[in-house]
Amino acid sequence: MSTGAHVFILLLTVFSLLFIVRMVRRNQLPSRYALLWLSIGVVIAFLATFPSVLDRIASSLGIAYAPGAFFLGAITLLLLIVVHFSWELARLDARTRLLAEELAILRADPPRDPTRSPVSTAEDQPVDH
Amino acid sequence: MVREQAAPLPLSLPVPPARSARTLVILPALNEEAALAAVLRELALTCPQLDVLVVDDGSTDATAGVARAEGVPVAVLAFNLGVGGALQTGFRYAIAHGYGRAIQFDADGQHDPGQVPALLAALDEGADLVIGSRFAAPEAGSEYDVGRLRGGAMGILRLAVRVLSGRSFSDTSSGFRAFSAPLLAFYAADYPNEYLGDTVEALLLACQAGFRVVEVPVSMRVRAAGTPSTQNLKLAYHYLRALLSLLSRAPVRRRERAMRRSLR
Repeated sequence: MSTGAHVFILLLTVFSLLFIVRMVRRNQLPSRYALLWLSIGVVIAFLATFPSVLDRIASSLGIAYAPGAFFLGAITLLLLIVVHFSWELARLDARTRLLAEELAILRADPPRDPTRSPVSTAEDQPVDH
Repeated sequence: MVREQAAPLPLSLPVPPARSARTLVILPALNEEAALAAVLRELALTCPQLDVLVVDDGSTDATAGVARAEGVPVAVLAFNLGVGGALQTGFRYAIAHGYGRAIQFDADGQHDPGQVPALLAALDEGADLVIGSRFAAPEAGSEYDVGRLRGGAMGILRLAVRVLSGRSFSDTSSGFRAFSAPLLAFYAADYPNEYLGDTVEALLLACQAGFRVVEVPVSMRVRAAGTPSTQNLKLAYHYLRALLSLLSRAPVRRRERAMRRSLR
């Protein structure tokens, strides 16, 4: 790759890092995700500054085309992150459902006709308004 | 799939013991303002001894208002959860208010209230889950036509249930069911919420947990209003998902069996 391309990638990465830092400062991104993306950004910036490192890693893995090693690592990492997000999404969905159900029950009308059921619950008591 | 294990029930109310023999009829309802009033009136006329709860599953019409006008308690979900979520809400309400048994009943008028006592009788005989089956009667199949594609897909699921539960059920997708107190508690803590999950998967869960499941023949009417909500491609997806979900539960059963063996 040309030096120009590396400078371009470096600039892009630095801007991305600044953007993430700004999101963290505005409390829009929890620190655990910030840590993940920031470390990824730092690694990319490092590789863009010292491309020979990537070449050495690729050849030690037996990969002839250096960017191929980069894409392999990137795709694997992104896949793992997306799988993690699916898991997190499912967990949030389950919690939201539970909250919706509990809210509906708390706001629901009590069973009708209290004379038929001798139990007095909180709803049966006269309430001062 | 990740399931959030619910906190011990109930969060809202103490359990009054005196109502324990009482039965709650749960009607999950989504945009059923057209059919609901007639269904509630027929229920009140046919089974006056039963309490009724309408769970409004995020309707955009006057479903909740119609139910209140009939004097029936309503639990309104803030957004649509599907039949499974609405049912679980009903189960949790039933436990919170001390009901000992519950019935699942359709709000669109396809179930006959006259057959509720038959389901309850099966509970009295010791069953935990009673399924009102459209196809359990000898001459069945002729009265209620589900269409060839849906019929075939239902057949595959039925086969999967038969393999996994070791039992044969004639109508795994019926939404006309009765639940005993132990099963109510079981389902209140965790109930499948996706399409088909509320019927087929719930049935298999009950079988695998060792609950007694029986079928009672019922006849169902043609849908009073509206069309079946799912189209073919979507249907294929849902059946595939349900099949996967059923199969993913199988190893759990094997593990439990092994555990039971080791306890002997």
